[in-house]
Order: sequence, then C-alpha cells, then structure tokens
Amino acid sequence: MDPERNSTTLLHRGRRFDVPAGSTLRDAIRKVGLSPEAVLATQNGELITDDRILKPGEEIRLVAVISGG
Amino acid sequence: MKCRKCGAPAAINMREHKLALCREHFLEWIPEQTERAIHHYRMVERGEKILVAVSGGKDSLSLWDVLHRLGYAADGLYIDLGIDEGIAYSSKSRAFCEQFAARQGLTLRVVSVPETYGRSIAEATRLSTRGRKKPCSICGLVKRHIMNRVGREQGYAALATGHNLDDEAAVLLHNAMTWSGGYLVRQGPVLPASRPGLGRKVKPLCRIYERETAAYALMRGIDYIYEECPFSVGSSTLYYKDVLNRLEEDRPGAKLQFYLSFLQAKDGGLFALNASGEAELHDCVTCGQPTSAPGKCAFCRLWDSLAPALPLPQDGLREGDGGQGEMGS
Ligand code: SF4
Ligand SMILES: [Zn+2]
Ligand SMILES: [Zn+2]
Repeated sequence: MDPERNSTTLLHRGRRFDVPAGSTLRDAIRKVGLSPEAVLATQNGELITDDRILKPGEEIRLVAVISGG
Repeated sequence: MKCRKCGAPAAINMREHKLALCREHFLEWIPEQTERAIHHYRMVERGEKILVAVSGGKDSLSLWDVLHRLGYAADGLYIDLGIDEGIAYSSKSRAFCEQFAARQGLTLRVVSVPETYGRSIAEATRLSTRGRKKPCSICGLVKRHIMNRVGREQGYAALATGHNLDDEAAVLLHNAMTWSGGYLVRQGPVLPASRPGLGRKVKPLCRIYERETAAYALMRGIDYIYEECPFSVGSSTLYYKDVLNRLEEDRPGAKLQFYLSFLQAKDGGLFALNASGEAELHDCVTCGQPTSAPGKCAFCRLWDSLAPALPLPQDGLREGDGGQGEMGS
C-alpha cells in the first residue's frame, strides 16, 4: 500500500500523512501539526493508545473529536 | 499500555486521571462517572422524566445511551433546524437520531423549526433586522425556546444536554476573558428551574472530556454525524477548545482543574448575583415563557422582526450574503 517502506501512514479528515516509523504515535501526531488531545487513533476499527511505537507500513486512522457547535 | 483493571491492551489513556482502560472497562467507567456526577450535583432522581436534547452528534447520543443504560426514563428531543444547504446537515443528523431511537426502542420527539415556525435558522439569520446576529446566537435562542416549551408541555422534570468538559471549559474561558459575571454565575452542571412547571437544565457529561465521549460512541458502536454544522466554521468555541488543548498537552488535567476549581470558587461565593442579575422574571405575553423584561421574550421579539410580509422563501435566498442580511425595517 505504502510505497515508502520505512514510514507509517496517518489518515485524518481525508488527508494522508506519511511519518517515519519508530517514533511514538503521540510524537507523530504532534509532528503533523495535530493535537493528541483532539484526536483518537484507530487501527482496523479498534482504538489504540498513543504510546504505540509506529511500525513501517502501518496505517492509522485519526478520528477528530472536537466539535464547534 | 495496559488496562489498569484487567491488564489487557488499553483502548484509551486518560492522562488527566492517570488511567488507561480496555474497551470493556471503559464502557463501564463512563456510565459510572456519569452516575456519580448526577448524584453529586443532584441532577435527577430515578423515576423522574428526563428530556435529552439530541443533535445526532457523539455527545448527546452517548448521553442518551448512558442515561438509558443507567435506568433513567429519558426521551429524546431532536430540533430540526432546517440547516440543509450543502451537506444536508439537519437531514443527516435527524436520521442518526431516529436510527438510534429505533434501535434502542426509545421515544424521540421531533420539532421542525421551518415547519413549526416558518423559517429555518439560515432564513431567520438572513431576515433578522438585527443583521449583526450570528446564526449560532439565533440558533441558541430557538433551541432554548423549543426545549423549554416541549419540557413544559410534556411535563419533564429535567432537560438534559450533552455538554462535555471541553464545551464547559471553552465557555468558561470565553466568559472569563471578559469577566462576564452574569454568565459566569449561571454556568454550572445544573440550572434550577426558574419557574414551577419548568424543568431544570442538567449536564451529566460536564466532567467528561470530549475525547472520551467520542471514544464512548466509537466503542459502543453508536453511529453519529461526523460532519460539523456548516455554521460552526471558525466559531470561537473551536478556538477556545484549541487553546485549552494546548495547555492540556503540557499539563494533563489542566482543563478539568480549570472547570472544577471554577465551580468550587463559585460555591465559595466568588461570583455573587448582583441585584440586576437576579431581576424578577416576567411571563412573555406571547408564549408565556419566563423573560427578564416585561413584554415579549427574546425569541418572540426575534420572530416578530423577521419581515413577516415577505413570502416564505422557497425559491431560495441569495447566495453569498453571508447570513448578515439586513432586511425589513
Ligand atoms: S453550529 Fe451554530 S447554527 Fe450550527 S447547530 Fe450549532 S449553534 Fe446551531
Ligand atoms: Zn480492562
Ligand atoms: Zn415569548
């Protein structure tokens, strides 16, 4: 799926971010300019915690949780 | 990270509580915490009739689910605002509420603003003689009016809304920036009924982070509307939530402490109602709801001002007047 074997893909509101594998999910979320407080991470439909070390080729979906109404 | 209760892989880590839980234990924890808040702030008793305002979003549907699981007699109220330009926000959110009610076998009451009052929120905004009004302030006024009306007509003891900790902390920060004493003194988990026959307003999720109400909806499999109301774009609420989340990143628990210590300070008398703040309430001469000034209430005054001579705008209003149109006298 991902051409770059050393990266992990984060999906958020229709956007894709490729981040280096090996860092924590929390650091990766900050690196792409999102707040770890404002998203939930899911993989294969299950929620995961953001202390996870990212593996190459993984795909993680970030669900935005903050609404403004 | 492991679940503190059973050691299974955790599905969520709540840094503000130093607590990580698996799916199963998180789905127990949220109702437990909600029940605690209900007792602590004396929101409702079992057996009392509760009306839950549901928007189709994660917070209000999660609240309805939790109240039902806890054994409270809770009906839903969906207010169809007629916001159907673009992404069909109102139609979609209504469908999520109807689907939830049908699956759980719960009663959903629906009030359509355009059908009942002749104008959608967007139309009311465009036609308002108070042209500087934003859709959200008109929307808030309309929702409060309808909720009070249905609550009173149907004899509900409490009107519950899905406000979460992030909502409350954002409003608090907003009002604290200007030290709006009149708003601060009335902000809290419970707003007592201002009149016999009116329900008290309660916010059972007020201590639960927005991230956690979303996690509850996801783990519980509640389908909710993920899109935002188109009028929320650039709202000050989003801005204040973002500011607070930046604090929270560096200091886990900062949002919660901000809100809880405010409630404590208020209990201790930091914000006192002044004479004008506790002014006598009058009955609106048109609808009978309480209002601070004699005559008509803010809702009835607004609706009167909507250029009644104009035909109902079925042919579509002009695009691009930004909802700021100043029509009428
Ligand atoms: S964002 Fe504004 S207009 Fe939309 S539902 Fe919320 S209060 Fe109403
Ligand atoms: Zn567990
Ligand atoms: Zn009135």
